[in-house]
Amino acid sequence: MKQPDSVKDMGRHPGQPLAHINPLEQIPLPPPFDKIDEEPKFAQLSEAAREKYVVLDDTIAVNIEKPKTKEDEDRLVNGFLSGLEKLFSVEDNWTFLQPFEMSMEHCARCQTCSDACPIFQESGENELYRPIYRSEILRRIYFKYVKKASPAIHGDIDLNWETVARLIELSYRCNLCRRCAQTCPIGADNALLSREIRKIASMEMGIVPKELHDDGSVLQLRVGSSTGMTPMIVKDNIEFIDEDTAERTGVPVTTPFDVVGADILLIHNAGEIMAWPENPGAFATVFEAAGLSWTLSSDAVGYDGINYGVWYDDVQFARVAVRHAMAAKKLGVKKIVLGECGHAHKALTVIADKVLTGDLNIPRESSMVTLRDIIRSGKLKLDPSRNDFPVTLHDPCNLVRLMGVVTPQREIIKAVVPEGRFREMAPHGVENYCCGGGSGFAIMSGHNFADWRHRMTGRRKFRQILEAFSDESMDPSHRKYVCAPCSNCKGQIRDILAYYDAFEKAGIYYGGLVELIVNAMVDVQPGFIDWEWH
Amino acid sequence: MTTLAYVVAYVGVVFFVIACVARFVMWSKMPMHMRWELYPVAHEGGGKAAYGGSYLEDTEWWTKKREVSLIGELKVMVPEILFLVALREHNRKLWTRSFPFHFGLYLVGGATALLLLGGVVAGFLPEAISQPAERLIGLLAPALGGAGLILGIVGAIGLLLRRRSRALRDYTAPADLFNLLFFVVAFGVAAATWLLYDRDFSMVGAFVANLVTFNLAAVGDGTAGLMLVLSVVLLALLVAYIPTTHMSHFIGKYFAYHSIRWKDDPNLPGGEQEKVIEELLSRPVSWSAPHIGADGKKSWLDVTLEDQSK
Repeated sequence: MKQPDSVKDMGRHPGQPLAHINPLEQIPLPPPFDKIDEEPKFAQLSEAAREKYVVLDDTIAVNIEKPKTKEDEDRLVNGFLSGLEKLFSVEDNWTFLQPFEMSMEHCARCQTCSDACPIFQESGENELYRPIYRSEILRRIYFKYVKKASPAIHGDIDLNWETVARLIELSYRCNLCRRCAQTCPIGADNALLSREIRKIASMEMGIVPKELHDDGSVLQLRVGSSTGMTPMIVKDNIEFIDEDTAERTGVPVTTPFDVVGADILLIHNAGEIMAWPENPGAFATVFEAAGLSWTLSSDAVGYDGINYGVWYDDVQFARVAVRHAMAAKKLGVKKIVLGECGHAHKALTVIADKVLTGDLNIPRESSMVTLRDIIRSGKLKLDPSRNDFPVTLHDPCNLVRLMGVVTPQREIIKAVVPEGRFREMAPHGVENYCCGGGSGFAIMSGHNFADWRHRMTGRRKFRQILEAFSDESMDPSHRKYVCAPCSNCKGQIRDILAYYDAFEKAGIYYGGLVELIVNAMVDVQPGFIDWEWH
Repeated sequence: MTTLAYVVAYVGVVFFVIACVARFVMWSKMPMHMRWELYPVAHEGGGKAAYGGSYLEDTEWWTKKREVSLIGELKVMVPEILFLVALREHNRKLWTRSFPFHFGLYLVGGATALLLLGGVVAGFLPEAISQPAERLIGLLAPALGGAGLILGIVGAIGLLLRRRSRALRDYTAPADLFNLLFFVVAFGVAAATWLLYDRDFSMVGAFVANLVTFNLAAVGDGTAGLMLVLSVVLLALLVAYIPTTHMSHFIGKYFAYHSIRWKDDPNLPGGEQEKVIEELLSRPVSWSAPHIGADGKKSWLDVTLEDQSK
C-alpha cells in the first residue's frame, strides 16, 4: 500500500499518485467471498488517462486536465483561493457559513472520526482517505494563504496547482455520509468540508464531475430529467410501466398525471422509471388500492426528484428544489411525497426548508410515512407469507441519519414480511454505513471509478449484507432480499452485487420497499418480485 | 510584584470574559443556514431521541404540535459536558487522557469559584455566617483545587504524548503543543505552590479574597509569596489565552449542537423564518463559474429563477 507520509505531500511529488491500494491487502470479506485472491480484478487507469488528467490515487473522478501553461496553473490556484474566501462570506455562503466555519475552527484533529469512516477503514487505513486529511489541507491553505496566519499556529502547507487539483479530486473520495460528524466529540463536520471544497470547484472554478453537472443537474434543468427523459417521454414510459405492472399483478392501474387539486404530488427519482420500472409500478398499485388522491407532474423537473446540487453546488441545488416546488404549486396539491430516493428526500424536505417560502412552501412528506399510513389504515389485504425469504434493510444515510426517518420502513417490513425473516444489519438505523454510492458515486463510473467504488466505498456495505445473512445458506437457490428504499443506494447495491456476482453465487437479490408491499398484497397475483437479475 | 499579580489577574479575567462574550456573539449572529441536522437529535420528543427518530416520521408532521424535550437535551448535554461521553464512546484511548484534563479544569474552576465565594462571604457577610462558610470552603477548595491541578497536569501530559503518536503527529501544529505545554507549566507551578507552600489554600484564598474586595495587599513571604505570584500570573495569562485559540470550543460546541446538529425547527408556511429566508435570498451572489450567471448584483433569487431550459 502506498500512502502519503504527510499532508504536505499534497503539493509535492509532481505528477505522481499519492496513494495506491493493493486489493490483496484489503480485509477479506465474509464467506463465501472470503478468498481475496478470487475477488474480481481492480481495473487499472489507462496510460492515456494518467497522461492527460491529474492523478491522485488509483482512479479519477473529476477529470481535471493537467495545466499546459503557467497561466493555467495560476488560474487553478487563484480560482481556489478566491472561492475559499467566498465560503467565508455571508453573501456567497449564508447557506452553510456557520457549519463551515465551525468545522474549520474547532476540529481538534483528534482522529476520532477516522474509525467511523468506512472508506478509511476499508482502505486499510490509508492516510489519503483519513477524514481529516483533506480538511486539514483546506484549513492550512486558508489560514496560511488567506488569513496570512503563521504556520506555527495552524500548520504549514505548500500551495501550488497540484495541491488544488488533488484536493478537488480528493473531495470526491468521500460519500458525505457524515458518519464522521456523528462521532465528533466537538461537533466538527469533515464531510461538510468535502462538500465545501466541491462547492469552490463548481461554483467558482466550474470544475465538476460530468455525471453530476453536465449529465446531471444541467441536463435536468434543461430537459426535465438527468435521465434525458422529456415530459412526453416520461408519460410514455409511465404508460408502458402501468401496462406492464397490470400484467404482472392482474390489477389494472393508471398513473394519474397533472391532476389539479390532487392531495399528493408524488415525485420519483426518474432513475426508477428507467432502471427499476417495478418501483413506480408498485407505488401506483399501492396508492390506487389505498384510494389516495395523487398525481405525478409532467412539468420539466417536476417528475424527477433527483437534486445533485445537494452534493456540490448550492445554486444548482436551489434551482432544482424551486422547480420541484413550482410543479407542486401549479397543481395545487396539499403535499409533496418523495418516492424511494434518499437524497431527494433530504434535498427537498430538509435542506430546501430554508429556500422555499410563500406559496412554494408546500409540505413535504417521506413516502416511508405515506406507505406506513396506508398499511396502518388496513386498506390493503396483506399476506406476509408471500415474502417468505430472508430480508435485510439498508438505511439510506440521507433518509435516516440526516432526516431521522427510522421506524416507518421497519413498521412496513414487519407488516409484510413473516416473523423471523427480517434481520437488521449491524450497525443500523442512524449509525448505518453508507451504501458506498453516496454523494453521487452511484452514478459515477468514468475510467475505473466504478471499480474503485466497489473496492473502497461499497465494500463495507457488502460486508454488512453478508454478515446480515450469515445465518442463512449461501446456496444461490436460497433467495435473500436486500431492501434498499433509495434509488441511488439501490443502484450502488446492484453494482456491488453484480461486481461480486452475489446473486448467481449466493442468491442475494435487492429491491425497494414498495415492491415488498405489492408482493404481499392478496389482491394481486403472487410473484411480483420476480427474482430476475436486472 | 504582588500588585503585578493582581493587575494581571484582573486583566486576565476581564479579557477572558470579553473574549468569550465576543465569541458567543459572533456565533449567535451568524446568518440562518440550510438545515444540516444530524440524528439522533436529543430534544426529539415521544421517545424518538432514543433511536434517532424525528418528527418527520409523523403523519402530516406540519399539522402537529412538535414535542421538544428540554429534559432530553439536558440528559445528553450534562453527561457530555461533565464526562465527555461522545469521546468515551468513540475514542476510548483519547478519553483516558482528555477526561482527566477536562475534569481537572472543572475542579480547578470549581475551587476558584469557591474561593471567590469565600472572598465575598468574608468581605461582606457577618461572622456568624462567614466563619462556618469559610471553614467549609477551607476544606473543599484545597481538595478540589489540588485534585484538579493533578488531573489537569496528568491529562495535559497524556494529550501531549498522544499528539506525538503516528496518527496525530502530522496533524499537530506547534501551537497545539504550546497550548498543552502552557497548561502543564501553569498547572505545574500552581501545584508546586500548593504542595510546597499552601496545602490549605490559605494564601491563594487570601489572594482571591483580596481580589474580590479590591485590596491589593501582599500575600505570603519570600519564596512562597513569589510562587503564588508566579502561579497567579501564569494562570491568568492562560485564562486570557484560551478564548483566542481553538480551545474556545467550549463555546463553539454549544452552537455546533444547538445551531447545527440539533437545529431542526421547520420553516412553516407563513412563519417567522420565511422573512429571514427571503432577506437572505435577496443577497447578491458573486460566485464566478459561468453556470452560476452571477455578476455581484444579481441575488440568490435571481440566479435561482433564471431560465435554465436553453
